[in-house]
Amino acid sequence: MTPLPEAAPTRTGISHAKLGTWAFLASEIMLFGGLISAYVILRSGSSHFYVPPRAMMGVPLATLNTFILISSSVTMVLALVAMHEDNLAKFKRFMLCTIGGGFGFLIVKSYEYQHKWHEGITISSNLFGSFYYTLTGLHVIHVIGGIVLMFVVLSQGSRGMYAKNSDRVECAGLYWHFVDLVWVILFPILYLL
Amino acid sequence: MSNEHGHGDGHHEPQSFIWKYVFSVDHKVIGIQYMITSFLFLLVGFTMMLLMRWQLAMPSPGDDFDPEKLGMMRTILASVFGENNMPYGYMAPEFYNQLGAMHGTIMIFLGVVPLGVAAFGNYVLPLQIGADDMAFPRLNMASYWTFLVGGIVMLSSFLAPGGAAQSGWTSYAPLSVAAPPGQTIWLIAMVIIIASSLLGSVNFIVTTLNMRAKGMTLGRMPVFVWAQLVTAVLLLLAFPVLQAGAMLQLLDRVAETSFYIPKDMFYGGVAFPRAGGGSPILWQHLFWFLAHPEVYVLLLPAMGIVSEIIATNTRKPLFGYKELVGSMILIGALSFVVWAHHMFVSGMRTSLANLFVTTTMTISVPSVAILTCLLLSLRGGQIRFNTPMLFAVAFLPMFGIGGLTGLPLGFAPTDLYLHDTYYVIGHFHYVVAPGSLVALIGATYYWFPKMFGRRMNESLGKLHFWATIIPINFVFFPMLIQGMWGMQRRLADPTLQWHNLPVQGWSMMIGIAAAVLFLAQIPFFFNFFYSIWYGEEVGENPWEATTLEWACPSPPPHGNFAAPPVVYRGPYEYSVPGHDSDYWPQDEAEPEAA
Repeated sequence: MTPLPEAAPTRTGISHAKLGTWAFLASEIMLFGGLISAYVILRSGSSHFYVPPRAMMGVPLATLNTFILISSSVTMVLALVAMHEDNLAKFKRFMLCTIGGGFGFLIVKSYEYQHKWHEGITISSNLFGSFYYTLTGLHVIHVIGGIVLMFVVLSQGSRGMYAKNSDRVECAGLYWHFVDLVWVILFPILYLL
Repeated sequence: MSNEHGHGDGHHEPQSFIWKYVFSVDHKVIGIQYMITSFLFLLVGFTMMLLMRWQLAMPSPGDDFDPEKLGMMRTILASVFGENNMPYGYMAPEFYNQLGAMHGTIMIFLGVVPLGVAAFGNYVLPLQIGADDMAFPRLNMASYWTFLVGGIVMLSSFLAPGGAAQSGWTSYAPLSVAAPPGQTIWLIAMVIIIASSLLGSVNFIVTTLNMRAKGMTLGRMPVFVWAQLVTAVLLLLAFPVLQAGAMLQLLDRVAETSFYIPKDMFYGGVAFPRAGGGSPILWQHLFWFLAHPEVYVLLLPAMGIVSEIIATNTRKPLFGYKELVGSMILIGALSFVVWAHHMFVSGMRTSLANLFVTTTMTISVPSVAILTCLLLSLRGGQIRFNTPMLFAVAFLPMFGIGGLTGLPLGFAPTDLYLHDTYYVIGHFHYVVAPGSLVALIGATYYWFPKMFGRRMNESLGKLHFWATIIPINFVFFPMLIQGMWGMQRRLADPTLQWHNLPVQGWSMMIGIAAAVLFLAQIPFFFNFFYSIWYGEEVGENPWEATTLEWACPSPPPHGNFAAPPVVYRGPYEYSVPGHDSDYWPQDEAEPEAA
């Protein structure tokens, strides 16, 4: 596989891919921002917003998930460093760790969903349930998208496509950190408050 | 260094027809695809409006009504649209509501925005900054095809049981949540269209910031490019919030959530089966958080276009380039904090209403500044009254009326009276139709020579102009009058309410004027397609303009410029003292340097 060409010089000095990723993430912030503000407004403003007791929410599992996701962000950074060092074996190892983190998060989440549904917190049971599944569901879709992206980056990277241009690793990393950050906001506002 | 990977090497020109014209990644082809598609959608939306005006002109059968002796039109309408939609040629209220919702949605999201942003933005913006294409050509193609799919899904909702969406283009909850399945299709189509728009706006921002030619500093960018950049930022940041709102409404409809459903809601006499506790006002906030910036998305490209045409045809620099650009940026920023002025009658604390009245009045300052700059640009110019210039000049008073009639709606006390009357319809149509759309038609005449290497016929163009601008005022000005009398909008038959009767007579005139306006577009469409093949051939720079899009062949080849252009001066150097011609293109080297 031929390596990608070096990023062409641009007017801002930031490559197209990176600038585009930042712009995309800005719109993602508005998407989650819109949903989270809707949650905050109804939670503080509606007189029929029942918050389930914290014991029902399974805080330890969610904490574990937070830890998994943050760790996978760290391994993503290490994968980028490995790519900069041209150490493909290390790159592969850390990418697999990152992907594993994503899968780990999904497994815990699916257990959580099942458990909550059985306890009566469903998407239509009340406003809290609706927001819980909507916000975390959209986040899960982003995690799944991230895993697909990571597989592409892993496959292209381990075949030497990024020898001269590691932009794609960096952009995938930016996205993954964003997904991580969204969870770091969702965790306290859904589980702890 | 990586010079061999630099300019013009992004992709090679495809040879087969299907990759060259259908699944093209060339920004020029995509621009023309967007242009033709949005003209078709505009035509569809216009036709829906004509049907509604037909109904409003003669809303109910008179005393001498005889079903055996229907007129020709009524017989045709009844047989085309069926006895459910138009019994005896009179429109059923449900059908009227469907047409109303779809007219608004189609005109805004599938007509004017794609034409102003995606069509002209795609075609002209890379040329004006001296780039060989957009930053992400394949994303650009994806954006068009996503848009087309969204548009087709939107139209297909007429086939749903119960017909298309009928809760207005604003889709206010909770009625929209309880509406027939057409509304679900509306929401899905909106999500697709929003995705397409996001792909486009990322592309526009990166292209403008990253791909400017050597010497093209931010302060030398044409006003049109600035307008597109601000618009792209608005789309990027405002649309996702409607995306969020649409997702919540979709879940309310299909997953039985109750984001917008209040506790113990009754609908049609029975309890609505939801847990409740949500708020219909929440939808209005999420919707208008997009939809007010959206007004400026409709408007800013038009202002950019008018600036370009006026500078070229007055043969002098624009008055206040920095003020124009600064005002556009200010409008962009302020447009995020005015949305709740659409909701004064929804129930709002007075202190909050005051805040939004203040921001709304503030945003009118940069709008007036832009209008003033453009007006002063005309002063002392040697004006060339060609067709694009006629449309551009007509934009000024038309947008002026649209803007000024908005002020009473921005003040909460006057809005309480005028809200939900024909005054509101008159106001925003003056902004969008005689305003934006007129400017966009001017842009079609202005950039047509660049797109096809031929000029559109001037006589037909002038006929089109006068036949458009006169009836369009007879369509929208009477609505302001009707509205001030208190005539309510959104009614299939306003005569059922006594207080609407005194001004019902105007509706007949509006209907006739609308039909004339429709006929007046025939010379335009004929001119457009005739001129593609038979128009007068022109060279690189038929208008003797200064900006970079005129520095490459007409139509520009794949990759646009023969060599990467270098920019030496600002965008509007017309009639420079001491220069041998009255225009000095941005890429023309200084005589000493040459």
